[in-house]
Amino acid sequence: MFGFGKGDTNSLTMNKAHPESLLDSSAQDVIGKPIDRIDGPKKVSGKATYAAEYALDNVAYGYLVRATVGAGKITKLDAETAKAMPGVIDVITDYATFLRNPQQGGETEAPTQGVEQVAYYGEIIAIVVAESYEAARDAALRLHVDYAPSEGRYDFQTHRNEAEKPSPQQIPPYHEQGDIEEGMKQAQHRIDVTYTTPSQNSAAMEPHASLAVWEDGALTLYGAYQMPASDKQQLAKSLGVSADKVRIVAAYVGGGFGSKLGIAPESVAAAIAAKRLGRPVKAVMARQQVFDATVRRSNTEQRMRLGADADGKLIAIGHETITSNLPGEDYFEPAGMATHFLYDGENRLITHDIVRLDWTLSGSMRAPGEAVGLIALEGAIDELAEEIGIDPIELRRRNEPEQDPEKKVPYSSRMLIPCLERGAERFGWAKRKPAGTDRRGDWLYGIGVASAARSNQLQKSAAKVSIDGQGKAHVETDMTDIGTGTYTILGQITAEILGLPIEDVIVHLGDTDAPPGAGSGGSWGAGSSGSSVYLACEALRGQIAKAMGVDEPSMTLKDGRVIADNRSVPLAELVGDGMEATGEIAPGRQEKTFNQASYGAHFAEVAVNVVTGEVRVKRMLGVFTAGRILNEKTARSQCLGGMTFGIGSALTEELVHDPRNGKVVNRDLGEYHVPVNADVPQLEVEFLHERDIQANPLHAKGLGEVGICGAAAAVGNAIYNATGVRVRDYPLTLDKLLDGLPVV
Amino acid sequence: MHFTINGQSFEAEPDIRTSLLDLCREHLGLTGSKKGCDHGQCGACTMLVNGRRINSCLSLAVMHQDDEITTIEGLGTPEDLHPLQAAFVRHDGYQCGYCTPGQICSAVGMLDEVKKGWPSHVTGDLDAPTFDDGEIAERMSGNICRCAAYPNIVDAIREVAESNGDTKIAPRQPVEAGA
Repeated sequence: MFGFGKGDTNSLTMNKAHPESLLDSSAQDVIGKPIDRIDGPKKVSGKATYAAEYALDNVAYGYLVRATVGAGKITKLDAETAKAMPGVIDVITDYATFLRNPQQGGETEAPTQGVEQVAYYGEIIAIVVAESYEAARDAALRLHVDYAPSEGRYDFQTHRNEAEKPSPQQIPPYHEQGDIEEGMKQAQHRIDVTYTTPSQNSAAMEPHASLAVWEDGALTLYGAYQMPASDKQQLAKSLGVSADKVRIVAAYVGGGFGSKLGIAPESVAAAIAAKRLGRPVKAVMARQQVFDATVRRSNTEQRMRLGADADGKLIAIGHETITSNLPGEDYFEPAGMATHFLYDGENRLITHDIVRLDWTLSGSMRAPGEAVGLIALEGAIDELAEEIGIDPIELRRRNEPEQDPEKKVPYSSRMLIPCLERGAERFGWAKRKPAGTDRRGDWLYGIGVASAARSNQLQKSAAKVSIDGQGKAHVETDMTDIGTGTYTILGQITAEILGLPIEDVIVHLGDTDAPPGAGSGGSWGAGSSGSSVYLACEALRGQIAKAMGVDEPSMTLKDGRVIADNRSVPLAELVGDGMEATGEIAPGRQEKTFNQASYGAHFAEVAVNVVTGEVRVKRMLGVFTAGRILNEKTARSQCLGGMTFGIGSALTEELVHDPRNGKVVNRDLGEYHVPVNADVPQLEVEFLHERDIQANPLHAKGLGEVGICGAAAAVGNAIYNATGVRVRDYPLTLDKLLDGLPVV
Repeated sequence: MHFTINGQSFEAEPDIRTSLLDLCREHLGLTGSKKGCDHGQCGACTMLVNGRRINSCLSLAVMHQDDEITTIEGLGTPEDLHPLQAAFVRHDGYQCGYCTPGQICSAVGMLDEVKKGWPSHVTGDLDAPTFDDGEIAERMSGNICRCAAYPNIVDAIREVAESNGDTKIAPRQPVEAGA
């Protein structure tokens, strides 16, 4: 890397393996360490600024107005009463421009616009703007809207037979290989079961929020968004302005889990209102509106067929799924995603069909696909093991593929079996008893296991790193930290490669004035954005070597000093009036040449009350591999979060749609039950050592989602082991268990 | 009206509909307390009023003339953290940070309740409450963390409780496989 000049750009497309990593050869010894989050002190003292919290002058408050029919046309919006109320400035709508629903993650076009024809109950149709939040809210509730209602499609069961094949897209909806029927016929052991999962909501703690301000024809939107680079393009196209007139700032985001990947209706409403009024407008969704008008994870119906020979070798795998979405929307929940590559088996059928329903848009929620798909696959594997009469871990061992069973390409690295074995040892798997036999007083105990798998993806990402005259490094990218630890790991990568104490690295995120990053989603953040920072730092090493007058490989950077040629010089003395470089990573052939994924194994112990059917998770362990772990502390927290999402998914989380109008019935946190502290035991997480040289220069893979993949199935399998009752309709609430429990 | 927040005096004439939370966030520039649901369901808005934890979104500002109100900003600053704030950083008792101010204020109030001998739903002997992980988890269940840092939150609170000479906390028992 010798010979870079100031302002270099160091680009890499992952077309081949990257066996050497500067993270291994550098001397600072900070990478991977469980250091505290560098943004931590601000977060715990209330000094981290989230979207709605920027102190701008003369802000007007917007309150969003929702449609109260499931389908129909707005015939009259009577704003007069509302406008006459004290403090109300205006009632604003723009039927053509307002967003019907949010955009999916990473899209560069506007989402579906147009709200006059109501597409679902709760669609945002107007915004009331007032001098105070209270006045805006009060007026919004008094707004009178008339509709010409029309017929809608609100019930999944009613319409499930009208499911259609999705249009061709990035994730192929169908895969057929061999002959599933023939495979099932030949099988000695067969499972043919249907699992169902309900709609879910990400329920990030920070509601969607946008604070819009126009200056000289340019919009700045302080927004709660995960992917500012593409969100900016979506917003510009929605408003009909060029992208260079839009800036998004998302320095701190209060969780996303997919719900903030694309722009949501409050963004355009705030931007239009701010433009019309000539002053900043803040629009924060009420929690109920987050449930109504952002994205849900689709409900699923999944027919799972497994056929195995006498030895338990799979010869047929069928995973036929039906999910739901609004008419005209391409997105489908890719529930069969992990089924493509998790187990061997020559005869395969994996399908995704969509039922068109007039419900809130379905889109990404943490590990779209695997999170619910593995409920079916890993449940069915557990059933097959029971049917054959072998240990479920042994069954998985017998079906460990040597290569991707569909694409016939090697795995970049895969440690599923070691994860299962390590977990079994640590969790006490050998003490597992036959189903329904471990009763202690009023409680039945059981343990369950499930595999975890989540595809690894690399996304285009850029970052600029500069070194100032004091020898401090500054990282700039519009990448976000939504709780994922991005601030800290980008700081660690920089500190490691440039040989700086972590305190001397300042990380600026979430501002589209900086180079476009990958954004937070799909577990690609660390690998993609981290690689761009790596590449920038690599270029800076070249500049530093040049300034020092030495060969780059012979130079050691440590504790702010440059050491080479029997000299040790403070970095600050070499940088002159500053150094900077930009790093750019892009996906290449490696994605096709190898199957890349993170793996893990979940173990859960539950107790089920024989009188009430109440389920308590007593213990849970996740063992994971995701290439290099960049920060053991934040990585562990990501897995704790995923596993807890799994507990919620297994036991409590269910969005209920009113079959008469599609309305989300339980649209708040009192009725949509996410796990609370008392629902979650002291979960344990362990990482096994792994490096993935095929993935990126960091040798790291995605981690934000693998923790949820399979977690719910482990809980479900533990419930079966405790009770001998197999419920396939998630969540596994007590009413579904009671009939199968022993007579009290 | 007169409000005492974090030891500072504020004069304000809030709308009678303004919650204590919105008074702080929208009128006094104290945005540390968060709004997650506005319905008392998530706990992100937890503050201390005269030493007791409350959901400030469920309390009208006009009810708090002359009360002693403490928000997260009053507990410590990034440069001088309260022991619970420091413990949350050490134990990674948060991820996105949005529920965190409420968690920490809640923990301060909760530890005081324990000190006073108040029992909880899971307390076995109401006359002689004991304190352990289960008690922490139960007593902190009014504060939702969707990132689910719960085990780390329990660790952070436990560490502070152990270092407070006056809170007796039962030693953690290793969970045995199959126990």
